[in-house]
Amino acid sequence: MAEKVLMKGNEAIAEAAIAAGCRHFFGYPITPQTEVAAYMSKRMPKIGGVYLQAESEVASINMVLGAGAAGVRVMTSTSSPGVSLMSEGISYVAGSDVPCLIVNVERGGPGLGGIQPSQSDYFQATKATGHGDFHMLVFAPSTVQETVDLISDAFDLGDKYRMPTMILSDGLLGQMMEPVVLPEQKEPVDNKDWAAKGHQGKRAHNVVNSLYIEPQVLEDLNKARFEKYKKIIETEQRAEEYLADDADIIIVAFGASSRIAHSAIDMARKQGIKAGLIRPITLWPFPEKIIKKHVDHAKVFLSVEMNMGQMVEDVKLTVESKKPVCFFGRTGGVVPTPKEVLAQIVKLNGGDY
Amino acid sequence: MTKVLGERPKALLDVPLHYCPGCTHGIVHRLVAEVIDELGIEGKTVGVASVGCSVFTYNYFGCDMVQAPHGRAPAVATGVKRARPDNVVFTYQGDGDLAAIGMGETVHAAARGENIVAIFINNAIYGMTGGQMAPTTLPGMVTQTTPYGRDTSVAGNPIRVCELLSSVNGVALAERVTVDCVKNVKAAKRAIKKAFEYQMAGKGYCIIEVVSTCPTNWGMSAGDAIQWLRDNMLPYYPLGVYKDVGEEGKE
Repeated sequence: MAEKVLMKGNEAIAEAAIAAGCRHFFGYPITPQTEVAAYMSKRMPKIGGVYLQAESEVASINMVLGAGAAGVRVMTSTSSPGVSLMSEGISYVAGSDVPCLIVNVERGGPGLGGIQPSQSDYFQATKATGHGDFHMLVFAPSTVQETVDLISDAFDLGDKYRMPTMILSDGLLGQMMEPVVLPEQKEPVDNKDWAAKGHQGKRAHNVVNSLYIEPQVLEDLNKARFEKYKKIIETEQRAEEYLADDADIIIVAFGASSRIAHSAIDMARKQGIKAGLIRPITLWPFPEKIIKKHVDHAKVFLSVEMNMGQMVEDVKLTVESKKPVCFFGRTGGVVPTPKEVLAQIVKLNGGDY
Repeated sequence: MTKVLGERPKALLDVPLHYCPGCTHGIVHRLVAEVIDELGIEGKTVGVASVGCSVFTYNYFGCDMVQAPHGRAPAVATGVKRARPDNVVFTYQGDGDLAAIGMGETVHAAARGENIVAIFINNAIYGMTGGQMAPTTLPGMVTQTTPYGRDTSVAGNPIRVCELLSSVNGVALAERVTVDCVKNVKAAKRAIKKAFEYQMAGKGYCIIEVVSTCPTNWGMSAGDAIQWLRDNMLPYYPLGVYKDVGEEGKE
């Protein structure tokens, strides 16, 4: 059994990426993801990897594009405003079918916002990361251990589907320390036959590109990519259920806010209120299948988020107006308390939707 | 017996180029391809196409290619080179791409001494979008977006890229050339070859600025464009070596 170590969320992200065989990190300083880059800058030179501080997030995501196009396992980490700057590059990454990992340790917005934990980039991560028709696989861990585990999956699935993946963390998960078991070290693999790494005179040239000037060609390509997305929606949805099977009130919450919801549900159960939790682990694809299982028996759904109400739209789309869907959130870096969430549960239990 | 006087370089694929008649992109493509052939490096070269008329270079060069977002070719090339240090990596960028939207990426790639070559086409105009003012558009020059001539008090001044980069530690070679006549074409090829050789020797960032024509958007015949380049572009953008660390030097 591997040893448990106490690690800060952000440092665990870095170590897990290295364990997953990532040897290329490009980034730009921003709070609260700081420790990811700092850790990488210490470790990468010692294991023959590349740590490079770019002049901006615009540059760092394009370095990621270049390294990913050259066929290596590559990542960047940033925080909310940084993802805004990267959104151009992420669109090109997606349009060029280049796998890479983007970590967003979210902070409050809009604008410069604040540096405290937030989940207000849900829309950005799942629907509007950049221009054009594309998706990223988005994972939302709720513990440091789960962050570590999902990083390896994110890299592997990114390679499998040739697409960008995102770990949507937040300032709370990034800054907290928890015991983790680190995964076994994987050696970097160099097996991407589509990559631009020099043809060595052995094949026609590889072109990693997102420009298709003929409308029909571009439409066909986008359709093919959406066929791939269809398969991902079918096979990659993930969510954790907690006391959901007999629940009248189902909270849907991801990441940090799901931990708070979890505590509130325990408190509600002690009062005899049948509350339960569905915790999306993949935000895209959204775990519709798991939520739909509970639409018949649940009386009401409550989306708890650290924002003004973003994922609640996907919950509503999934529930299809068959049951009421309510929202409770705190934003701007304010973290809701279990008691606040409990108060919402009690209110809903009284039929006040 | 037939004597072969000239052949298409192997590193330039046998496909029709989309460039306008009289445009100098074709000459510069050929020079880059000849250098790749002569150095025998096509198999390990990765080119980075930028946004602008030269975006389709990925269809023309036989080496592996990556297409970068507008202005980001130096960052993309940095990623390729850091991932594959044994590869030879070059960018092919126009003036809007390199000196406007991509100036940040250019200066920082240069300052890092990235072992990449930038082939920089300066024709003083945005070609692909139909002739707007570029960062290198000359004072008084009429473009689609300076219809009364570039008024530097309003639209700012043209940027001399080689002069600017010559002050940056990390630059191994900054040379401005042109391709208006055989003599200069040969000099341009020597400069491009030197830049690739410098990269292979690990000397740092190299930029070859090619003062070029855009007959279509300048509104001239190919011949007049060449003459206009000599009369107007070269006095503002003098040819020459602006920085060269030399055979022994390294940045």
